[in-house]
Amino acid sequence: MTRTILLTSTLLAGLAGAAQADTLRLLTWGGYAPDDVVEMFEEQTGHTVEVTKSNNEEMIAKLRATGGGGFDLAQPSQDRVMGPQMEFGIYKPIDVSKLNQDLFIPSMLEATMKNTTVNGDVYGVPHVWGTSGLVLNTAEAGDTVKDYTDLCDPAVAGKVSYRLKRPTLIGFAFAMGEDPFAAYGDEAKYKEIMEKVEAKLVECKANVKTYWGGGDELMNLLRSGEVTASMAWDTGGWKLNGDNADITFVAPTSGALGWIDTFVLPAKGQADDAAYAWINFVMQPEIAAKITASAGNFTASAGADEYAEEGLKAKYQASFPQEAIDNIKWYPPVPAGLESIEGEVLDRVQAAN
Amino acid sequence: MRAETRIGFILLLTPLVLWLGLLIVIPHIDMALISLRERISFGVYEPSLAQYEKALTEPLYLRTFGRTAVMSVLATAITLLVAFPVAYYIAKMAKGRLQQVLFLLCLIPFYVSELVRTFGWMILLRETGLISSLMQWVGLADQPVEMLYNDAAMMVGLVYTSMLFMVVPLVTTLESLDDSVIEAGYDLGGNGWSVLREIIIPHAMPGVVSGCIVVFMLSLGNYLTPTMLGGKDSLWFTEMIYNQFIVRSNWELGAAFGFMLLVLSSAIVWGMLRLTGRTLQETMG
Repeated sequence: MTRTILLTSTLLAGLAGAAQADTLRLLTWGGYAPDDVVEMFEEQTGHTVEVTKSNNEEMIAKLRATGGGGFDLAQPSQDRVMGPQMEFGIYKPIDVSKLNQDLFIPSMLEATMKNTTVNGDVYGVPHVWGTSGLVLNTAEAGDTVKDYTDLCDPAVAGKVSYRLKRPTLIGFAFAMGEDPFAAYGDEAKYKEIMEKVEAKLVECKANVKTYWGGGDELMNLLRSGEVTASMAWDTGGWKLNGDNADITFVAPTSGALGWIDTFVLPAKGQADDAAYAWINFVMQPEIAAKITASAGNFTASAGADEYAEEGLKAKYQASFPQEAIDNIKWYPPVPAGLESIEGEVLDRVQAAN
Repeated sequence: MRAETRIGFILLLTPLVLWLGLLIVIPHIDMALISLRERISFGVYEPSLAQYEKALTEPLYLRTFGRTAVMSVLATAITLLVAFPVAYYIAKMAKGRLQQVLFLLCLIPFYVSELVRTFGWMILLRETGLISSLMQWVGLADQPVEMLYNDAAMMVGLVYTSMLFMVVPLVTTLESLDDSVIEAGYDLGGNGWSVLREIIIPHAMPGVVSGCIVVFMLSLGNYLTPTMLGGKDSLWFTEMIYNQFIVRSNWELGAAFGFMLLVLSSAIVWGMLRLTGRTLQETMG
């Protein structure tokens, strides 16, 4: 008899527990949800976390295909929140009051919220930020390559790799003395800039060994010495710096391009409480430092720098003197329509001989 | 009794109908509808033929389309040339255990995924790779040789990936050819070439055609090999479809491309059957 009661009560307790504990389906980038952080979160809150790794385009394509379903929390870059929301309505507003705002670096939180506001609702808060610029073997290409356009220099012919994606177009535009961000609102002007960039990229094609697709592919090319100058993320350069002191990230003279990956709630997410809990959990300085160690990039968590690893801080300071930090070009939200202009340019560059 | 056979027939047919309906027919109808609309503004679409117009008037898309078709046909032809002697040896010359071993050897590369096989080729062909190092060691080259990221590398990858699908149907048809028929051909004064042309190839024709159809479809629809081995000059139609759908978020044009690929592959298969004077029933049956 007592046994039955015991059993029933355990069962009931189990059921009650199950009702509160959700499964958080997280759509994120590699390194943003390291195993130890996930374990700590599951232990503390009782929620379970399912991590799916992806990139900007695939995140949006996945959410678009399901109308914002299948995931409870996603992490697209801040410039990819407003456009897709207006176009496809795949996110839902974030209730910022449910977040512990003291955990965020105030300026970054404010800027991201402003960039992700649609019709008065806030859709995104910042998480991880970083830049893209040049990753060079400084011993071989350090003297030649100072800016994106130097990748077309004959001295590095056949030893160059970059992606055929929008950051390349933007970077080349800045290096050619244009300001593509200022032309975001003016489609005709933007098209004109992109045409100039297209001509440059077509001319530059002979210099390129291959257009890289995935980060690992580029790492291999740089590590083996087949490529000495490339356009990539800062973390890639710092990671390789550990293996080969000559290779590192260099902020180009026209300015590194700054991105912020955000937290957004997909429109049909089913575990909002768990999502808010996750955001509040990972923004704590100690946890944020763990994510920095795993992803290689710094977070928008206030005070996490103290916990960051010394080696990474040193690399960051070497790549970014104060004037390079001031010169970072942060991506504004992409207006609709521009990406089709860019798409056609990229297709034509790929097809050129 | 008749009612029972009927139920049995329906039960057996259900999985096929579900499979075709849910995974092929319905998605294609949806794709067709998507390809026949145009984006006006945020979330507003209107029916139009603009996507097909764009696909057929932009020289870049047409060039890629044509290039993919020509390269796939070429890959199919090379695969046939390489696979025919192999299949002939396995079916006619090798006996007993050797035959099984050789057949198994053809199969072994397919124990690993396509991705791993393609990486294997990258390790061999890259500038710091095996072949380049070997050539330098032997003295054939005095500096690293880059063999990746061109059409030849892509062709090698495509042929390698589809070899098995050509060898299997060829071995099956060639095995059914009676040795005495070949002997009779020689007895009647034929030489190696005329026996091949008059007896062996006509007999192997069903295998050749079905092998070619499969290999052609595989090459045309391949995404991984052209992207990884072709590098900066690879421009494959599947890659364009992926770009439109995922990178550019332009499902309308992507869907139109998808339909163009469907029409193209059907047309080429039909052309192949016409050219060889065979019907689909003969080839498949």
